[in-house]
Formats: sequence, C-alpha cells, structure tokens
Amino acid sequence: MTSLAIEAEHLVKRFGDQTAVDDVSFSVPEGSVLGLLGPNGAGKTTTVRMMTTLSKPTSGTARVAGHDVLREPDAVRRSMGLTGQAATVDELLTGRENIRLIGSLYGLSSSYVKAAGSDLLERFSLSEAADRTVKTYSGGMRRRLDLAVSLIATPRVLFLDEPTTGLDPRSRVELWEVLRGLVKDGTTLLLTTQYLEEADQLADRIVVIDRGQIIAEGTPLELKDRSGKASLVLTVSRAEDLQTAAEMLRQRVSEVHVDEAARQLTAPAEGLRDMTRIAAVFEDSAIELDDLGLKRPSLDDVFLHLTGHRAEDTDATTDEEQAS
Amino acid sequence: MTTETTTRASASGIARPEIRPTGLLRQSLAITRRNLIHIKRMPEMLMDVTIQPVMFVLLFAYVFGGSIAVQGSPAGYREWLMGGIMGQTIAFASFIVAVGLTADIDKGIVDRMRSLPINPSAVLVGRSISSLLHSSIGILVMSVTGLFVGWRIRGSLAEAVLAYALLLLWGFAMIWVGILVGSAMRSVEAVNGLMFTTMFPITFLANTFAPTDKMPHGLRVVAEWNPISSLVQAVRQLWGNDIPVPADAQLPMHHPVITTLIWTIGLTLVIAPLAIRAFNKRTQG
Repeated sequence: MTSLAIEAEHLVKRFGDQTAVDDVSFSVPEGSVLGLLGPNGAGKTTTVRMMTTLSKPTSGTARVAGHDVLREPDAVRRSMGLTGQAATVDELLTGRENIRLIGSLYGLSSSYVKAAGSDLLERFSLSEAADRTVKTYSGGMRRRLDLAVSLIATPRVLFLDEPTTGLDPRSRVELWEVLRGLVKDGTTLLLTTQYLEEADQLADRIVVIDRGQIIAEGTPLELKDRSGKASLVLTVSRAEDLQTAAEMLRQRVSEVHVDEAARQLTAPAEGLRDMTRIAAVFEDSAIELDDLGLKRPSLDDVFLHLTGHRAEDTDATTDEEQAS
Repeated sequence: MTTETTTRASASGIARPEIRPTGLLRQSLAITRRNLIHIKRMPEMLMDVTIQPVMFVLLFAYVFGGSIAVQGSPAGYREWLMGGIMGQTIAFASFIVAVGLTADIDKGIVDRMRSLPINPSAVLVGRSISSLLHSSIGILVMSVTGLFVGWRIRGSLAEAVLAYALLLLWGFAMIWVGILVGSAMRSVEAVNGLMFTTMFPITFLANTFAPTDKMPHGLRVVAEWNPISSLVQAVRQLWGNDIPVPADAQLPMHHPVITTLIWTIGLTLVIAPLAIRAFNKRTQG
C-alpha cells in the first residue's frame, strides 16, 4: 500500500473578510506528482504556505510526510523542501555558499554538505558557476540552484511554487527534465502552476483551483475528457471566401464558429475521419485553404470550460511568455 | 516532537542525511555569517558607518566648527563633537537593521529560512548580530578618525569602556526600532525615505553637533529630553570630553548615564513586543 505524502484537510485561510482559500482538501500519494493549477490569485500560494508551515490556516489542517503542520511544524520542516515563487537564492553569495548556508541551517554536517552540494551542483549543470555570485546567473540557473538548495537535505516531499514562471521555453523544458528525475528517485512533488501545459507534462493528478476553491480534480486525461470533443480548425487563404466556406461546412456539421480576424472556422469533430471528409470537400471547391487541422482539447480548453475564463487572462507576464 | 537522528532509507532506497537539531546560537551565527559575506561582497554597504560619519566629522570640525563656540572642553569643539557623531552613528543601527530585514522579507529569503527546521528567531538574531558588528565597525572608524582630529579619552579606562558599552547598548535598543520599521515597510526605498526623514532630524535636534543652551527655550527642552542627547552627554562625560552642564539644563543632562540606561531599557520594553508582533504579522500571513 502506498502511503500519503501530503494530505490537506479542509484548509481555509481568511485575510480579514476575504477568503483566499476556501475548504481545500486533497491528498498526494508518496512518489507521485500533484499539479495545483489555477490563475493568479486563485489561492495556490496561500495553500502552499499553509502546507509548508509558513502561514497558519484559519481552520483545517494538513499533514506532510505524516506530520501535522500545526502540531509538529518542525518535523514537517525536516521532511520537506520549498522552492518559492521567485527564486529565493541569495544574490550576493555564490552557488556553493547558498547551499552551504541552507545545509548548515538544516543541521547537516559540513562535510556532508560539501560532498552532497558538489553532487547537486554537478547534477544541475552548475559546477562551473558554483563559485560565482548568483548575481551573475541567468534566470534558469537561479531556478536550478534554488532547486539544488531545496534538495540538500534530500526531502521526501518537495513543494514548488510556480517553478518555471519567468523562464524562457528552453529553460522550462530543462527544468521539467530535472523534476522528472527527482520523481524517478522517489520524491513526492507538489507544484503549483498557471501553465496548463506544465501540469499536463508533469503531474499524475491535477487539482484545479479557482477563487480559493477546488473546481475539478483528476488525471490530465480525465480532465481533458470532461471538456468534450476535439475540434476541426480551418483557415481560408482569402478573407472573402470565409462566409462561403462557413456555409459549406454548416451543411456537414452541426455547429460552426467563425473568427473573421483570423479567417478561421472551428467546428466540432469526432476524429481524423471527419477531417479527411471535410478536406475532400474543399479539395473540389475553388476555396483555397491555408491550414486544416484537428485540435484535441487542451487543458486550456478544460480550464475555460470549468471556469468560464482563460487561465492566463489575469496575468500579464504569461502573455510575454507565449509570445516568445 | 520526534527527532530524526538516524540515516534512514526511503521506500525507493535513497539514503537521507542525518538532520541534527541545532541550537539558536548556531543557526543565528550561520545567518550572521551570510550577512557578513554580503558586506564583504559589497563593501559600499559600510559607507553609512565609514565615509558618511568621517565626512560629518570633517564638515563639522572644520567648516562649521569655527562658528560653534564650546567653552570648557579640554580640546575645544573637535573633541566635544566626537561623542555626538558616535551617538548619531549608533542611532543609525536601526536604519541598517531595517534595510537588511526589508530586503530579506521582500526577496523571500525570510520565508525560505522559516521553511527550514530552525528557531524562527534565528533570522532576527542573526540580523541583529551582523548589524551590531556593522555599527561597531563605524564606532571603530570614528574612534580612529577622532584620534586624528585631536580627540582623546581623558577619563579612566573603566569609564571609557562604560562609554563604549553604553553605545552598544543603545545600538541594541535601536535594533528593535529597525525590526519594527523593517517589518512594517514594503520596500527598501520606503525604509530609506522614512529613516532619512525621521532619524536625521531626531539626531540633529539634540546636543550632537551644537550645545543646546543657545537654542530657543522650547527647542532646547525637546533637545535635552531627546534620548540621543542623554547618550551623547553620557559618553562625553565618561571620556572626559564634556563641558560644564548649565544649571538650567533639563534633568537628563545632569544624570546622563542613568537616563541613558532608563531610555534604552524603556525603549526596548516598549518597542520589542511591537517589533516582534509586526514581524510575525508580516511573515506569517
């Protein structure tokens, strides 16, 4: 039987008359990855702060590695690592000194910290930069160092609050690889993210949180199934053909959505067969197509379906991210 | 509370290192060490206790000094001035604590430390120790500068040591002010703004740079009751740099050492609980 590494039980956090987290419960089996997904301000960070003993719940409690956050905060702190939203490494220290500081605060012997620290730096490709001050590191390097620092005591449970926010796509993929390696070694991860793709890539289970409440929970596949079918997306080459194309499509499918600006038509589809059938129709017509494709529901669609708004609507930094 | 002292293997067979419970002292020293590395990497952080007060000494001793009459001091205004500059330097310990603390809270460093199995006070104790060391460097630099401009200790060794001890004690009280301000302010810029607009007038509206007896009556009363004045008067007396206290001076000027002790203890008793509350409120939300 697998035991539970993290259990949240009816966590509530109120700030004044605002409820940031409203009765949140979930559990994470040991060795698995839970993605806590939601837009900015959904209550993800507050939830993580309560589970990592940084903030006291207004009511409810949580257990990390079997220890209650309210009754045994020290035992919780000994069994977990936390990587905060901004890479909380010390800019004026070198990478090695950062690890040494946290290692000695954990109460690890200095000989252990020295050896294990070098291994971690090596593993996260930071050996060369180890003796440079963090000020000179790139965003991706800081994140990797942040992780290395969190891992110095080999915690059983690792909390990652938006681990890839602000990273360029390449660094993000690199970090995902590192995280997969940790899971393979048996570490339990809880990561918060506003990137649906990230949750999809890494998490075994996803908890979707919006305005402090859990609105859905399941494996990425289950969540995608919920938002229904795939859709057919078709882009015409000339804008004047758009209405004609829409008419042709309407004769064959139940519902067509027209996006004039993008010269795009969207229609529900069952699968590849629908696509080839439609492709044949246009093949014989005078209408030229730029693109025709089948779009499976993404977690983005799931989020839209569940909340009525896009996950990234609220955050300006994410827009930059997608543009890059 | 369970203490995990043995190396144990997880389900997947990874060896986990031994986590030994450490005391507040060791944790605070680790944090102090980190703060001192900051000073080593950015020596300009020390400008507030080195170049700035040295500049003040030179400015007041040579630019304004000629027009400030101090009768009765064994070596004139320059010697009398030193106690004032030292008082101002140590009062600014609050500034140093506040800036450091706000920066650490702001950058999430305090949260990271609080997520570790340490005594939460270690963050504050470490910050306080390094700030006192920082201010002590300033006091040392001032003493050396003083010797160059003609300042001498004319009292006994015991009195001289007591004067330095009073300065450090005052620095300790100022740490709480720093923790309070550092916890309440949202950014280093805000701390700078608040501290400049309060600490400068407070340290000037005293006997630091000019004798109080020529001030208008109302101002003079305020200046002589200013805790900084007690401290400055106390160290001047203990170093033998003082001038006779006018008979009509306010009470603290006649008993500066005891008043300084009362002020430091009183300020600490009032401000420390407020500071700890502000810090907890800021970091545990």
